[in-house]
Amino acid sequence: MKFDEIKKQAQSRWREIWNDQVPVILVGTATCGRAAGALEVLQAIKDTVKKQNLNCLVYEVGCMGHCYAEPLVILRKPGYPSICYGHVNPVLAENLINSFILNGDPCLEFVLGALEENDLIPSFSDFPRSKYEQRILLKNCGQINPEEIEHYIANGGYENLSKALQMKPEEIVSEIKRSKLRGLGGAGFPAGDKWDVCRRSEGEPKYLICNGDEGDPGAFMDRAILESDPHSVLEGMIIAGYAIGARHGYIYVRAEYPLAVQRVRNAIHQAEEYKLLGENILGSDFSFDIKLFQGSGAFVCGEETALIASIEGKPGIPRHRPPYPALQGLFGKPTLINNVKTLAYVPHIIKNGAEWRLQIGIGKNKGTAVFALAGKVVNTGLVEVPMGTTLRQIIFQVGGGITKGRRFKAVQIGGPSGGCLPESVLDIPIDFDSLQESGAMMGSGGMVVLDEDDCMVEVARYFLDFTQKESCGKCTLCRLGTKQMLDILEDITKGRGKMEDIETLQELAEDIKQGSLCGLGRTAPNPVLTTLRYFREEYEVHIKEGRCPALRCQPLIAYYIIPEKCARGCDACVGTCTIEAISTDKKRRIKVIDQEKCVKCNTCLAACPPQYDAVIKLSPPDRVPKSEGK
Amino acid sequence: MIQREMKEVSLTIDGKKIKAKEGEKILWVALENGIYIPNLCAIYEKMQPSASCRLCFVEVEGEDEPVTACTEPVRECMAVNTRGKIALRLARTSAELLLASHPVNCGHCLKNRSCELQKIAKHLGIKLKTKRFRKLERNLPIDESSPLFIYDPNKCVLCGKCVWVCQEKLGIGAIGFTRRGFKRMVSTFQDKPIGETTCGQCVECVKVCPVGSLVFKNDKRVE
Ligand SMILES: Cc1cc2nc3c(=O)[nH]c(=O)nc-3n(C[C@H](O)[C@H](O)[C@H](O)COP(=O)(O)O)c2cc1C
Ligand code: SF4
Ligand code: SF4
Ligand code: FES
Repeated sequence: MKFDEIKKQAQSRWREIWNDQVPVILVGTATCGRAAGALEVLQAIKDTVKKQNLNCLVYEVGCMGHCYAEPLVILRKPGYPSICYGHVNPVLAENLINSFILNGDPCLEFVLGALEENDLIPSFSDFPRSKYEQRILLKNCGQINPEEIEHYIANGGYENLSKALQMKPEEIVSEIKRSKLRGLGGAGFPAGDKWDVCRRSEGEPKYLICNGDEGDPGAFMDRAILESDPHSVLEGMIIAGYAIGARHGYIYVRAEYPLAVQRVRNAIHQAEEYKLLGENILGSDFSFDIKLFQGSGAFVCGEETALIASIEGKPGIPRHRPPYPALQGLFGKPTLINNVKTLAYVPHIIKNGAEWRLQIGIGKNKGTAVFALAGKVVNTGLVEVPMGTTLRQIIFQVGGGITKGRRFKAVQIGGPSGGCLPESVLDIPIDFDSLQESGAMMGSGGMVVLDEDDCMVEVARYFLDFTQKESCGKCTLCRLGTKQMLDILEDITKGRGKMEDIETLQELAEDIKQGSLCGLGRTAPNPVLTTLRYFREEYEVHIKEGRCPALRCQPLIAYYIIPEKCARGCDACVGTCTIEAISTDKKRRIKVIDQEKCVKCNTCLAACPPQYDAVIKLSPPDRVPKSEGK
Repeated sequence: MIQREMKEVSLTIDGKKIKAKEGEKILWVALENGIYIPNLCAIYEKMQPSASCRLCFVEVEGEDEPVTACTEPVRECMAVNTRGKIALRLARTSAELLLASHPVNCGHCLKNRSCELQKIAKHLGIKLKTKRFRKLERNLPIDESSPLFIYDPNKCVLCGKCVWVCQEKLGIGAIGFTRRGFKRMVSTFQDKPIGETTCGQCVECVKVCPVGSLVFKNDKRVE
């Protein structure tokens, strides 16, 4: 079938749905939505539609990015703008259908925003964040049904593949080069250069791998794209395959992402049916297939040489480079390996041309970047912004600032390979180079916001604990060095640190960074190096005073009930303490914690009614008045 | 055996003028010319160096970072410095880390005075009992099930030489690497005692072990 015919067919399918005749209900059922109960909402909607015998279409879509307000539902009623509702539960869903679809009351109190600008309801474009956001990779996410290839095609999908197949492979490579596309898997290597090397290198067959391992805890951009718009990744892969002359492609998705696995598998199947994959794609001489490979889930398996080893059936352990995979990769053949987002960018570049992409972003960093905003920030979720947007803009404008009115302390960027940046560097533009300079890293794009209640030593310990456990153990510096560092950090958070430890920590961190075999070891010290650089006094206070300023490190704090605040008639805390460490002072009727018994579980602090607010944490523990510490 | 390119190049290592086959790795050229570079994991016949011990760092003029000598091929006019400050610092850290998780009890070890770790420590000017790092012992059981040799995993530096001879060179595959991270070790299938495996007691592994991890029972020194 010619592409034009495919497209016509898809468009007519799409118009059956979007014809302004019948109402359409879209439910975001990506993993983020499901975690918040989207499947129950979906079921309630289906039940209501059936019960009311409504002529109305119900669709699942992917992640809309507003993860803080999941589950999200979009209602589209002829004559109204498309309206997105947040925090929907099954009861609300039923009410919305009854009130809006049946009776025309859009229930303004539950509206998150309208998708299109209109006079009736504030639209998303009125949100402060829309000034900063630019959705290119996320354009289709939450808008189309990821399980229907027709939705993708009707929205311009695979058109760029059809266009690319008319171009010469070297033209495509040079277009990618000119677009200054850089790898979005972490390191930011120029994609066009890698493609060029791979295209020119000898050896048959060539392979293409899409890296969807995303092992960084807290990152979910690749998952969201694979779940919400899998065809955009496949289209990018096929174009890349054509450009470098690959015959086989693999898409590596971690097995812990069952929905992504299912949707990718379905997408491959559909693309094959339309002859967009397989022999003689769209009638050309180009043949290319894509296999889905489910990864074991180890973090280091995202490293390209380890990933290749694991596809080959060997243990997922990195090897020395060179040779780089572009010359000797899978089964010893030239292999192009790119991240999900890098490949998903390709159709957009073919469509709009390299010049278009050069208009977005700053300096050597063009295009957009996708971040998973998490932690103590109001609007958690997925954001896509042009490179060069500042951290402050993302956290305070797009993210809506810090939760509960607390003070910003640091932002951890790039997950376990990244770093913690303080207030003073919030105005640096986000791009590969500036972040590197500040000591952090773009990494996978995780962005965790920390407030004054977070202890920076503990944050460093947390990330190092992760990388130390994920180290494959092959090379000395990473295997033994990260273990030494972790032991030191544990000592400091437990009040057993010595001042010399800081120096050892710094030296070890630098040596592991410089001398490890693979990127895991070479970036693992970043959280420690950046916290030492920007929050050194916090380390020193832990060591010298045995005090944790954020009141986080358990061995360095004690719980104490302020006698003046404790209400005589209240004993809310007493009953909640499972080890019965709280007793009532007979004479004064105030409550006292037995410091010997207390296990610092925080239950009493949570139980103390806000109007009294009598339970506090003290650090160091010896600040508890002696008479109380019986 | 292995095809190495025959073209000759001239280079200097620590100022000494040397001729070598192009593409040969710095480590082998240096060793051949009497210049010692600490190393544990390098195996000449192995095409893809494992580059895991992180001891063989050298500095090459024009490069911003030290490189591992076991992976870096020699080039025409290359100037290699095996005593560069940063390279030695990295090598020392690796060596100290190995020593810090090694039961240093040399007086009772059969490998005493022929142990590569001792040689490396001496070369790098570091003490066998390091003060900088804490002792991280693994306390693994010693395997004495073979009639001919003893395997003490606690002393193993994970150089991979025994695994290479057993798996790649001889194709037996009685031993291999298992586990990840700090727990990574050389072991047998399902951690069976070596005497109960496909091991044919050829003792080739014992001969290549650079430390006291694999030693002969009858106190015969490995030479
Ligand atoms: C420990 C480690 C984990 C990695 N995990 C990922 C990952 O999950 N996804 C990814 O695309 N790249 C990951 N990378 C980077 C890959 O090695 C590789 O550089 C990347 O897939 C190349 O794609 P790009 O050029 O499009 O960024 C990881 C690297 C390291 C060292
Ligand atoms: S740096 Fe760590 S993860 Fe990478 S090869 Fe070395 S031990 Fe393995
Ligand atoms: S037992 Fe010996 S030869 Fe084998 S890996 Fe350990 S140190 Fe190397
Ligand atoms: S000899 Fe080069 S890393 Fe081990």
